[in-house]
Amino acid sequence: MILNTILFLPLLGFLMLLFMHQRIARQFALWFSLGIFVSSLSLIWPVLANPGDMSFVTNTIWVAYPEIRFHIGLDGLSLWLVILTTLLTPLAILVSWKYIRDRVTLYYGYLLLLEFGLIGVFVSLDMFLFYVFWEVCLVPMYFLIGIWGHDRRIYAAVKFFLYTMAGSVLMLAAIIWLYLKTGTFDYFAILNQIRSGQVAISPLEQTLMFLAFFFSFAIKVPLFPLHTWLPDAHVEAPTAGSVMLASVMLKMGTYGLVRFCLPLFPEAARANANWIAGLAIVGIIYGALVAMVQPNMKKLVAYSSVSHLGFVVLGIFSFNQQGLDGAVYQMLNHGISTGALFMLVGYLYERQHSLEIKDYGGVATPAPILTTIFVITTLASIGLPTLNNFIGEYLVLQGAAQANFGWAVGAAVGVILSACYMLWMVQRTFYGETPDSVAHHVTDIGKREFIAIAPLLVLMVWMGMYSQSFLPAVSASNAKILEQTKVQATRSVPAEVANAR
Amino acid sequence: MPASFMPSAQEMMRFLPETLLTLAGVFLMVLEAIMAPENKGRLKAFALFALAAALAAAVIAYNDPGPAFNRLLIIDGFATFFRVLVIGVAILAVLGSSQYLAREGANPGEYWALVLFSVVGQSLMVTSNELIMIFIGLEISSIASYVLAGYLRDDARNSESALKYFLLGSFATGFLLYGVAWIYGLTGTTDLSQIRADLANRDISNSMMMIGAACALMFVGFAFKVSAAPFQVWAPDVYQGAPSPVAAFLSSGPKAAAFAMFLRVFVTAFEPVADRWEPIVWASALVTMIVGNFAALRQTNVKRLMAYSSIAHAGYVMVAVATHSKLGIEAAMFYLAAYALTNLGAFAVITCLVGKGERFVEIKDLAGLGARQPLSAAMLTIFLLSLIGVPLTGGFFGKFYIFKAALDARLIWLTVLGLLNSAVAAYYYLRILVVMYMEEPGDTVENTQEMGGALKFVLVGSAVATLVIGTFPSLLLDVASRYAVLGR
Repeated sequence: MILNTILFLPLLGFLMLLFMHQRIARQFALWFSLGIFVSSLSLIWPVLANPGDMSFVTNTIWVAYPEIRFHIGLDGLSLWLVILTTLLTPLAILVSWKYIRDRVTLYYGYLLLLEFGLIGVFVSLDMFLFYVFWEVCLVPMYFLIGIWGHDRRIYAAVKFFLYTMAGSVLMLAAIIWLYLKTGTFDYFAILNQIRSGQVAISPLEQTLMFLAFFFSFAIKVPLFPLHTWLPDAHVEAPTAGSVMLASVMLKMGTYGLVRFCLPLFPEAARANANWIAGLAIVGIIYGALVAMVQPNMKKLVAYSSVSHLGFVVLGIFSFNQQGLDGAVYQMLNHGISTGALFMLVGYLYERQHSLEIKDYGGVATPAPILTTIFVITTLASIGLPTLNNFIGEYLVLQGAAQANFGWAVGAAVGVILSACYMLWMVQRTFYGETPDSVAHHVTDIGKREFIAIAPLLVLMVWMGMYSQSFLPAVSASNAKILEQTKVQATRSVPAEVANAR
Repeated sequence: MPASFMPSAQEMMRFLPETLLTLAGVFLMVLEAIMAPENKGRLKAFALFALAAALAAAVIAYNDPGPAFNRLLIIDGFATFFRVLVIGVAILAVLGSSQYLAREGANPGEYWALVLFSVVGQSLMVTSNELIMIFIGLEISSIASYVLAGYLRDDARNSESALKYFLLGSFATGFLLYGVAWIYGLTGTTDLSQIRADLANRDISNSMMMIGAACALMFVGFAFKVSAAPFQVWAPDVYQGAPSPVAAFLSSGPKAAAFAMFLRVFVTAFEPVADRWEPIVWASALVTMIVGNFAALRQTNVKRLMAYSSIAHAGYVMVAVATHSKLGIEAAMFYLAAYALTNLGAFAVITCLVGKGERFVEIKDLAGLGARQPLSAAMLTIFLLSLIGVPLTGGFFGKFYIFKAALDARLIWLTVLGLLNSAVAAYYYLRILVVMYMEEPGDTVENTQEMGGALKFVLVGSAVATLVIGTFPSLLLDVASRYAVLGR
């Protein structure tokens, strides 16, 4: 019941905002989303007690025929993603506080609608319900980019919508195909039928369905070479849009890979792991190299996302506990550190009205605290030990090395490159000569801005120093998912291979 | 069976909706002539009342389903569903027209009568169990539609639209009639059930050429009426030229009725040769979707864009026809109902916005609508999302049911290509959203009209209905699956 409430409260907030007066809209949105965050904290302990299984399960019929169930639940994998969503929504509202002046009610309404969709994606245990929430997320983000974005916002918004839509219709076809095979949309029912061998799915079918799901998720992640919508969307989106997009929306794709692609189609996933890991490594290095030459700060952070998400995909397709744990942990880390980076870039933009690195320099002189925070976030992002990204990247590298040592070598190059482009950007922006315009316009971080970013700083340190608070729940879920992919794999070893041994 | 030409009271009850509508239509024509001009507002109320009575009669008639008039008509679940649908569409169309007609200073008395006659024709189309009756229903509906398309006769665009519609429509009906004649010559009957029995029993391999040709001729007629490729070319010109509320009506009611008879003839009479016509419908469905969607990408006129969109949507329904299964029929019923609601709602916004003389019909004239008229813009957003097929709208579940039926019938390629098509379609609908919300209003739009009560009712009503069947699709699908019974 709590989970239901937390899922539907944002929708309620969206509807209420539609009929609300401009003046109280942002106050309402902030307190309302804070309320959702605080109540979502009560989800943590019951899930931690039993992270491998689903807690807070609601399972009722939504559409009678063909049977679509309203089946939601929370386990160690989805728990932190839900908390991340509920945490970042009020922060995103706080970040927009002064910047958004136009059509305020609609803006905050869309942020809450986005929260509704995102939570829905992470808790759905019915394939169809998952698809519905997946698409629901698209609409508010489309408007957030398209209405409140920068100059090329329309191009970016439409590109974003069409890319995701093209991927998701294939997923829909695969979901319907699964339904026709198994007679249900329920994730666990499908999984049981596949694992117990009740339904016969030929290798070709499995590969096709895997690819349909994978393609749709890979666009969202985004995996090289499907990433081209991301820099556009990020650069054009308002700060809060970028934060939500980078921190949570990209995780929809990687979450889908872990939750659905691996357990449902284990053979196909393993069979295709090589080229996928290859693309992930290409993405890591390519994203880093392109980030290095970006003159635009936001674009730089966007390409760093492509690089970081490559790590996540690599970890997932390593098919071992460390890799998977690292991938999921890295999903959270990336959400926090990149979310913080986008916020900080947004702060700079509100002062100087430019995203070009060349328009800055010596920001440390007028804004020392802002600079300190930026440097901490940068260090977190490049994986300095004691900060959060280090743990995730280390686990992914270890997992990748177990699977194939070459992968780890390739990915490690990305770690080095990330230090190059991030630190170089920091150097050019914050140190050196202070131009007059910077000295004039750039002030130090304000109280509201500090409150918005402080929780993320705390989390960077906490997740870096004491991963024990977060990792065990993730590991328990991952162990189960890994188990599901293994059982299947051993069962289906072809007879001649077994005999040859 | 000895022919008895006196219909029984039972049969008259089954035929009551058409009777009521015909009488009301004739009555309206007479009243129009003798009534004082200031009282003519009441004619609309009368037309609405007649439609409501016909709706009730259609529902009541289903209490006692069965054939009427020597099996010329048949009242089964399928017929009842579409009867209710076309009458409902007409009610919304009447509500959505009055403001427009008042603005254009047009004399509405005969307009209502024409709508009623068109509905009579559509209602006959969906209840006919016999090829000649189908032809008669089609003609009644079409002739009324031709006149409606050219209703503002001083407007050159209207006249062009009506003339094109009339010439091409008559030509297509000729094909249909020729097909009917061939079928009669081959089987000796025009009764759908008997054609089916005849085709199923005889060894058709000898006369396959002839049967195929007859089917093809009838297919031409039907494909024209539902604007399926390659017979879709008329639709953009006609919808663009016709008055906006008429375009809304034509692309909802008559189209649904035409699909109903298409389904009934091909799934009842021609079921025994289904494996022969399925590839033709398959190809037509694919081409219709592609032509509709890709042509819509380049349109700048809103009405023309909606016309191409309606072609594309006809393509999706053709996918359902290609399945020729009960699931496919249910899906088509759901889709046509959801599409009619969405389409009428979208046209209600367009009707209001085009302004007197339909001067603001370009997409760019919608610029800044989100700020100028938040309600219209929000409702149009819902309709466009439904046309795209975003979840929680009726259009999404319509597509879902159709493609599920198609996968069930193993039309895998058609499904994949159709779904990709719907992603393409998102682009041109999004363009309208972009203009509405993300662009500054131009200087052309200062004098758009306030929306009247009736139009607002159509708008909000269809938006709410679109969302409700998108959230609880069982409400409509249960009805569709219960009523997807074709009397044979």
